[in-house]
Amino acid sequence: MLSYIRENLRQYGLIVALIVIALVFQFLTGGTIFRPANITSLILQNGHILILAVGMTLVIVTGRIDLSVGSVAAFAGALAGVLIVQQGWPVWLAIIVTLLVGVLIGAWHGFWIAYVGVPFFVVTLAGMLIFRGAAILLLDGLFVGPFPQSFQMMAAGFIPDMFGGSGFDIMAVVVCAALALIVIILEAKKRAVSKKYDVEAEPILFVVVKLVFIIGAIGLFAYWFGASNGIPNILVVLGVLIVVYSYMANRTILGRHIYATGSNPNTARLSGIKVKRIVFMVYVNMGLLAALAGLVVTARLNSAMPRTGEGFELDAIAAAFIGGASPYGGVGRVSGAIIGAMVVGIINNGMNILGVPVEWRQVTTGMVLLAAVIFDVFSKSRAAKRKPALKAE
Amino acid sequence: MDTLLEMRSITKRFDSVLALDNVSITVKKGEIHAIVGENGAGKSTLMKILSGVYPYGDYEGEIIYKGETCRFKDIRESEKQGIVIIHQELALIPYLSISENIFIGNEQAKRGLIDWNVTHQKTKALLKQVGLDENPNTLVSNIGVGKQQLVEIAKALSKRVDVLVLDEPTAALNDIESENLLNLLLELKKEGITCILISHKLQELLKVSDQITIIRDGKTVETFPNENVDENRIIRGMVGRDILDRFPARDVVPGEVLFEVKDWTVYHPDIADKKVIDHINLYARKGEVVGIAGLMGAGRTEFAMSLFGGAYGAKISGQILKDGKPLVLKSISQAIDNGIAYVTEDRKQFGLLLDETICRNTSLANLKAVTQGLAVDEIKEKRVAEDYRGKMDLRARDVMQHAKNLSGGNQQKVVLSKWLFADPDVLILDEPTRGVDVGAKYEIYQIINELARQGKCVIVISSELPEVIGLSDRIYIMNEGRIVGELPQAEATQEAIMERIMEH
Repeated sequence: MLSYIRENLRQYGLIVALIVIALVFQFLTGGTIFRPANITSLILQNGHILILAVGMTLVIVTGRIDLSVGSVAAFAGALAGVLIVQQGWPVWLAIIVTLLVGVLIGAWHGFWIAYVGVPFFVVTLAGMLIFRGAAILLLDGLFVGPFPQSFQMMAAGFIPDMFGGSGFDIMAVVVCAALALIVIILEAKKRAVSKKYDVEAEPILFVVVKLVFIIGAIGLFAYWFGASNGIPNILVVLGVLIVVYSYMANRTILGRHIYATGSNPNTARLSGIKVKRIVFMVYVNMGLLAALAGLVVTARLNSAMPRTGEGFELDAIAAAFIGGASPYGGVGRVSGAIIGAMVVGIINNGMNILGVPVEWRQVTTGMVLLAAVIFDVFSKSRAAKRKPALKAE
Repeated sequence: MDTLLEMRSITKRFDSVLALDNVSITVKKGEIHAIVGENGAGKSTLMKILSGVYPYGDYEGEIIYKGETCRFKDIRESEKQGIVIIHQELALIPYLSISENIFIGNEQAKRGLIDWNVTHQKTKALLKQVGLDENPNTLVSNIGVGKQQLVEIAKALSKRVDVLVLDEPTAALNDIESENLLNLLLELKKEGITCILISHKLQELLKVSDQITIIRDGKTVETFPNENVDENRIIRGMVGRDILDRFPARDVVPGEVLFEVKDWTVYHPDIADKKVIDHINLYARKGEVVGIAGLMGAGRTEFAMSLFGGAYGAKISGQILKDGKPLVLKSISQAIDNGIAYVTEDRKQFGLLLDETICRNTSLANLKAVTQGLAVDEIKEKRVAEDYRGKMDLRARDVMQHAKNLSGGNQQKVVLSKWLFADPDVLILDEPTRGVDVGAKYEIYQIINELARQGKCVIVISSELPEVIGLSDRIYIMNEGRIVGELPQAEATQEAIMERIMEH
């Protein structure tokens, strides 16, 4: 049991840190931060960080970084603005085209980085400048809006309450209950399989504690959403994203190849992994997610703006590192990125409520980032000191 | 001779694991003292204690040096006392010059400014002392491993050194370079420098050492003077039993030709018209072990990697035939799919994901086989890895252990597991026993025999001539990118092979 916790120290340490930070703000804001309405706006205002953090974590796993995501998001928002507001395209078509353009931008970066061998820092820095400029050109330096409601719904709407609860959204409760059930079933299935093949499973006490926590958290969200406007649409987008990317990273061959590439590209290549293609694809994916983030932000603000997305890249990189991704590559989890994004989101939101100037928000996020990585460095060197027995010689 | 250094009853634990158990060793002034033992026996740990990497208090026992008890807190303190270690992995900085490397951390400065004239002059003197004829301004990245090793020694000599500890100094050197290095050690001995030598190459230490200490399983087994001792005597001490035959017998009669290479020519990837491989022809039969002998730099690794889906080289021309059918291999994954595997000579850099588990390393080259639908079946993957752990006699707690925590021999077994799981018909093994101890070597030879018995072609590249001769049915001799000779096992002797290399 103890050794199990020790091995997963980073993961749980992160969750504890998240809770501590949340409680600190709960105290400082006199309870405002955990009001149902605020939880909803917290999610609406920070969804894009999560989207970007997931993509950024994969980039970081390959040992690289993408500085262009904020500008690409702005460009995507601008493009959507031009297509929908100025050209009058149908919303669905504009969304698809914008996402495709995001893919192309990612491919542009990926091509230079993976196939030509231009350093990623230079390529994505250039991308940061190019697409910021392009966004401003596209908008002619002006705000473009307002958008039709169907577009706004993506980021600002809520799932309608089919059960017609008055004052309390029953839909939220039903969905959360279903979710809790799924979690329990999956966990039970995992244990059954482990038992069947006689593979060491997680200690039972541990599983119970974990489930209590998860279900408790789900219950909390059911209350928050139920007492406000229901489940935000954006949460569905995020949910799908999380499930798809977790599965891809943890379970598929592609995921394994990404981690192997980051862990040791030489070994990966000589094991038949097409390392260049993997790097290329990771950037393509980042382009896609940056465009998605741009759409989400534009829909929420109901306006395409030249300066949208400034600093997004830093929030995303910070979230990924706070979430435990290693700057040296090979390490980083989608689940970590989620928690990292939540930490960044809570700091943003909490400081906002407190009316703290944006400068101090940056100082705080910076300190938390540094603390998280320092924690990593220490726990790693401690682990190294503890373990070299079998390595000795 | 007087005793210079004594390590008394050294015990070192890592958590609950006993790495060193009451080890004692006495080194006399001016001698070359060899320490031998299998990988994991505790040799390097002992030297780390001596040099202060594991500081005083981290171990039990005492170190008496020049008649005084020493309590080193770090490497700096031991170096101040004249104990200098040259580690297995070289610690030079590639893009600095030889002289910069030698005086790094010990810059020849006046009032904060480096005096390059003095640095240059001193470097020249040191290089002369170690017999290295290179310009001090040459970048370290531009000289071979053998010369780098000499630079390391020059660096040690630039400080006041009484005891020089060398950990596997010749592991990456060819025969001639090793010879030079050993002669240098004998020179240094004349100058009164005491030397502790850790090596797996028994011939070498028999040649230069005065005393030999054997460590096994964290205990000193014995120390004896190097008089009337032979390799078998040492091996017996290391393994605790007799290994009668260093190469296990194989009773396979090679079948028909399975793998053939015709007119294979490869150019250097960066230097446009440099031919690295020059019209090589070669074949291997089913169940045959074919050796490729040659000096380092003969182009053997380049040849093997160019066959492996063009993993090395440019403008590759020639033909590969398998079962008589021509293969066009445009990528490494294609080569793997066509049943060819290349096991690298550099397992840490090119063979393993050191930060990953044994399990994930094992499945890496053949993930498809453990995938159902979209998802990798982690339980099946684990069972496969466990299976290979058993077959290979891999000494690890379980397959979830990380590759970096394994000894050299066990790491090599992980790499072999990975390639066996990819189920190739043709295996090219590049220096399969480099940095592997005697016991594990024997096991790897057995694995090779087993592969031959299954009807696979095994092509073994090795710089150790006794190994190529002892292992192969047939030997190709390579030099400067060409095949310069072919010998059946019956006619293969070290002299015959060297003769063919020298003729060309």
